[in-house]
Amino acid sequence: MSDQQPVIKCDSVYKIFGKNAEKMLQDANGKVVAEEFQKAGCVVGVNNASFEVKKGEMLVVMGLSGSGKSTLLRCISRLTDATAGNIYIEGEDLTSMSDKELIELRRNKMGMVFQSFALLPHKTVLENIAFPLQVKGNSTKDSMQRAKEMVDLVGLTGRENYFPRELSGGQQQRVGIARSLAVEPDIWFLDEPFSALDPLIRKEMQDEFLRLQSVLNKTILFVTHDFDEALRLADRIAIMKDGIIEQLDTPANIVLNPATEYVRKFTEDVPREKVLKIKSVMEPVGDEKDFSDLRVSEDAIIETVAEAVLGDPKSVPVLNANDDIVGVVHSSKVIHVLFGENSTLESNA
Amino acid sequence: MNFINYLSQRPKLTQFGIVLIVFFILMSMTGLYHDLIVERHLFAKSVDKGEIQSSVGFAESMSMILNWQLPPQLIRIPELTFYHPVINTSATYILIALLVTAGLLYKSFAESVNKSHWLRVNWFQIISKGFVGIIVGLLFIPTLYNWFFGEVTRSTFWEIPSMLQDFSQYLIFEFWQTPVYDPEIEDYEDYGRVRLFTRAIGATLLFLINLIRELLIGGFETVVSLANIFSDQSGWDWLNENEGKWYASVPAIPWTVLTAGAFILGYKLQGVGLSILAGFSCIYLAVFGQWEPAMQTLSFVLVAAPVSGLLGVTFGVIAYKSRTFERVITPFLLVAQTFPHFAYLVPVIVFFGIGDHAGAIATIIFATPPMIRLTLLGLKRVSPEVLDAGRMSGCHNYQLMFKVLIPTARRDILIGVNQVIMQCLAMAVIASFIGAMGLGFNLLLALNQLRVGQALELGICIVLIAIVLDKLSLAWANKQTDYFADLSFVERNKTALLFVAVFFAALLFAWFGNWVFADTAKGINYFYLIPHNKGITTEPFWQAGVDYMVSNWRAGIKIFNTWLLVEVLMPMKASFLAMPAIATFVLTMGVGYIIGGIRSAIVVGSFMLFIALTPWWERALITMYMLTFAVIVSVFIGTIVGAICVQNKRATKFILLVCDTFQTFPSFIYLIPVIMLFGVTDTSVLIAVIVYAVIPPTRYTVEGLRNVPESLLDAADMSGVTKLQRLFKIEFPLAFPHIMLGVNQCVVFALFMVIIGAFIGTEDLGQEIMQQLFSGGNIGSGLMLGLCVAFIGLAVDHLIQTWATKRRKLLGID
Repeated sequence: MSDQQPVIKCDSVYKIFGKNAEKMLQDANGKVVAEEFQKAGCVVGVNNASFEVKKGEMLVVMGLSGSGKSTLLRCISRLTDATAGNIYIEGEDLTSMSDKELIELRRNKMGMVFQSFALLPHKTVLENIAFPLQVKGNSTKDSMQRAKEMVDLVGLTGRENYFPRELSGGQQQRVGIARSLAVEPDIWFLDEPFSALDPLIRKEMQDEFLRLQSVLNKTILFVTHDFDEALRLADRIAIMKDGIIEQLDTPANIVLNPATEYVRKFTEDVPREKVLKIKSVMEPVGDEKDFSDLRVSEDAIIETVAEAVLGDPKSVPVLNANDDIVGVVHSSKVIHVLFGENSTLESNA
Repeated sequence: MNFINYLSQRPKLTQFGIVLIVFFILMSMTGLYHDLIVERHLFAKSVDKGEIQSSVGFAESMSMILNWQLPPQLIRIPELTFYHPVINTSATYILIALLVTAGLLYKSFAESVNKSHWLRVNWFQIISKGFVGIIVGLLFIPTLYNWFFGEVTRSTFWEIPSMLQDFSQYLIFEFWQTPVYDPEIEDYEDYGRVRLFTRAIGATLLFLINLIRELLIGGFETVVSLANIFSDQSGWDWLNENEGKWYASVPAIPWTVLTAGAFILGYKLQGVGLSILAGFSCIYLAVFGQWEPAMQTLSFVLVAAPVSGLLGVTFGVIAYKSRTFERVITPFLLVAQTFPHFAYLVPVIVFFGIGDHAGAIATIIFATPPMIRLTLLGLKRVSPEVLDAGRMSGCHNYQLMFKVLIPTARRDILIGVNQVIMQCLAMAVIASFIGAMGLGFNLLLALNQLRVGQALELGICIVLIAIVLDKLSLAWANKQTDYFADLSFVERNKTALLFVAVFFAALLFAWFGNWVFADTAKGINYFYLIPHNKGITTEPFWQAGVDYMVSNWRAGIKIFNTWLLVEVLMPMKASFLAMPAIATFVLTMGVGYIIGGIRSAIVVGSFMLFIALTPWWERALITMYMLTFAVIVSVFIGTIVGAICVQNKRATKFILLVCDTFQTFPSFIYLIPVIMLFGVTDTSVLIAVIVYAVIPPTRYTVEGLRNVPESLLDAADMSGVTKLQRLFKIEFPLAFPHIMLGVNQCVVFALFMVIIGAFIGTEDLGQEIMQQLFSGGNIGSGLMLGLCVAFIGLAVDHLIQTWATKRRKLLGID
């Protein structure tokens, strides 16, 4: 398999709920207008979604409730069948898989985390985590050993024999995460995993999640209704409204160039220095030789280096991952990001 | 003008007023027949004798109505002639049936995308609509034709019972015969396979019951039946030859062992309290000499409950998996909710005969539907995310069901088991009508001989068993799984080990009894098994109490009794009977229309029509009169008691405990004290009904009032309402939908009890069912009568549920 092949590929996926959904979709000929369908008693869940997710990439699907984001996720995990369109997992057509193939795929390649944790109330933490392994037919000893490793990974050591009812929300979701990772899946689905948690715990879990991802490097489809969360975590963000993907881009581009009015409403109040990286405001190295002694990384978030750059009268060279100088950043640009108008900024990320 | 304004703002009230006015106009139009219909049988008799016509022609009807007189067919629906579909099927009607079916299916076919799959996907629709087509084409249209133009081969609705009876007889004796060797006449004889099948089921259940029974109290029936299988001789011959040998009888487990077991089980499931309750109940049973019948009853429950539980879970799971199956069984489950106990017995004696096994089968049929319902409910309540989590873990269907769904729904399913056990006990008494042994049978005997003291004692035994089994099964349902893996073998199995130890200790104890009691004259080992009626008895005490009450209070009670009968019950009964059928329909369908529109009116109307078309309309009216009286009084008492008790935390707790306890009593028990006090009259039945039916309204009132949101009450307090204002302006309106559900339950409870009341002599539907039972059982009449009762319940249930759902939506509660 080449690196170029996307792990998840959606090709004009539709999901329409209702009695005569299939027939209506056929008649509509690909042009689905939600209002017309609603009149006929159908609800449009996903409307013509096409995108790809590459290996090791984290795509966050963001939308308010009823925007179809969870439906999209359920189609891709085939918990519901898409009404039309094709979904490919590592090149294989998911929609045409038999039940047996589907079970094989889920047992080996997919893991999923749920909003309300969805733990089995009659099993302990350890047994819950070992459940996918035991379902697969692994021996009890092996599964328990693997489950134990997962318990350590998510930081629940010492609570192996607790029942879900004895754990806090955050701890329960750690169990959910551990369970979804127990089979070492390639693809990781997370359906609003932190929405049911308190803000402080949510922040902590997000950090934990980033730590895990830096270790594991999975291909991730993450669903959330929290725009800040999406910005914090995503490689790319897909913003959905009424089943349609309004924009699919990097966080910086979404903040700087919102494609529609709807997206703009989300990005308006976002502090850009918290989202943009130095890369997006640096300029090419010109003739000047008088650099500052300071060096900043092109991937640094502006906010984290702003104080240092502003304190320096000279231009600050920007380094890439190999420590080569790829550009310079002037304090005037940083001031512009911090205090200027949104619309005047242009991204080169 | 003001008044009209007031009414125009309240359309429902106006509608109700119109319905009432029409109703009373119709009530006043019975003139000519008034005296006939008040006496239950006179109208039918006069029709039989030809003194009056059962129906008159159109022109005459019109002139009668103009003379302020309803024609007879509107007063009582006559025996109608129906087209007989089996005997006469002309091609025209078959064509009509096909056309109707095709018409019904056309839309679905035209709208489907994939025509070639249509047949496979919609098979259920095809069957159900085909059924409608057959009914319309082969029954309705020919019948209508028949009514207007007369003379085709006919049968009447009144003949359906005997048609069903003939059919069942044919099924049992003549359908699909096979020769079976009969050793008595040394020849082959033809038997219906259905009969052989039901016999086999009966024999299996009987063997199981006997096996458990003999483990508990000793005996030799199972030995005999085993000998029947393994030796050439008849079992009883074999027993006579081997009398006294150790293998010729099963020794009982000493009661001391079981009592110790009850202590341990109670402790294991909940704690000291339950342990003491369970243990001392056993001791009570033994000491008062009721051990043997109690164990007979228990053996019955121990067979019936697991079988119903298993059947219930199986059907529940199938219904969960298959939408079609769910749709098929839903009507049966619905009818089963209000189908009276007695009516289950009639078909059972026809198919299975009389005896312990018949009782067990009736009980199983009775107890399975609630189990199915609760299993289905439990499975549906499993959060969809848990289901998804199971699927994403890669479960196949079997793993999903048994590793995810059922364990997650464990509590609901075990609550179902609790229900099954309670239903079994309620039925244990009633099943003794068809020969089930045990406490119920003895209780029936005692009541028949009017030995109220003994009946009371037996009643207490049944109540104790009911309470203990209820608490044990509830404790089991509520018990959370514990973690074991890290414990040692002894720690993990300490209860089992303790039981083994106690088992041997108690065995030893019982063995010592041989010496301790060797000298007593009767030679009974009281530590092993206390024979029936050889324990302490309190009967003389109770009997004396009853005698005292009867001799001292009789005068007072009699005055009350006479007053109630003469001033309240008789007039009420008369006014119910004086209702022409058309007036009843106007009232019920009118109320249905006001509550739920055309749909409800039709639903209620069809339930009533079924009853009106049977020969038992007057009896149904009597059932309705008792039901109405009992429900009004129960709801009145229940809501007031509930509303008072909820004002105080401790009183709330107390009243809920009382409700819980009283609800576990098998319904039959309530008859004992009322017979004691009021003798055999309508009054005693009604008082028993009221005492039993007052439980749900009380409980639902307490729950409803308690669940009014705290914030609303705070808001009310801050607006400065008084306690009474708060109760009537805030708490009651909000709790009302919930209280109405209590009323609904109350109706069902009352209905069951009214029918059971037939045992002490009423003249309603229940008595007719009892007659079917004692006359050997006409399966058709039994089922139709049962359906009549069930439909009364379902009509009320439909109205109240529809109203409560609408109201709740309006108030925004769930």
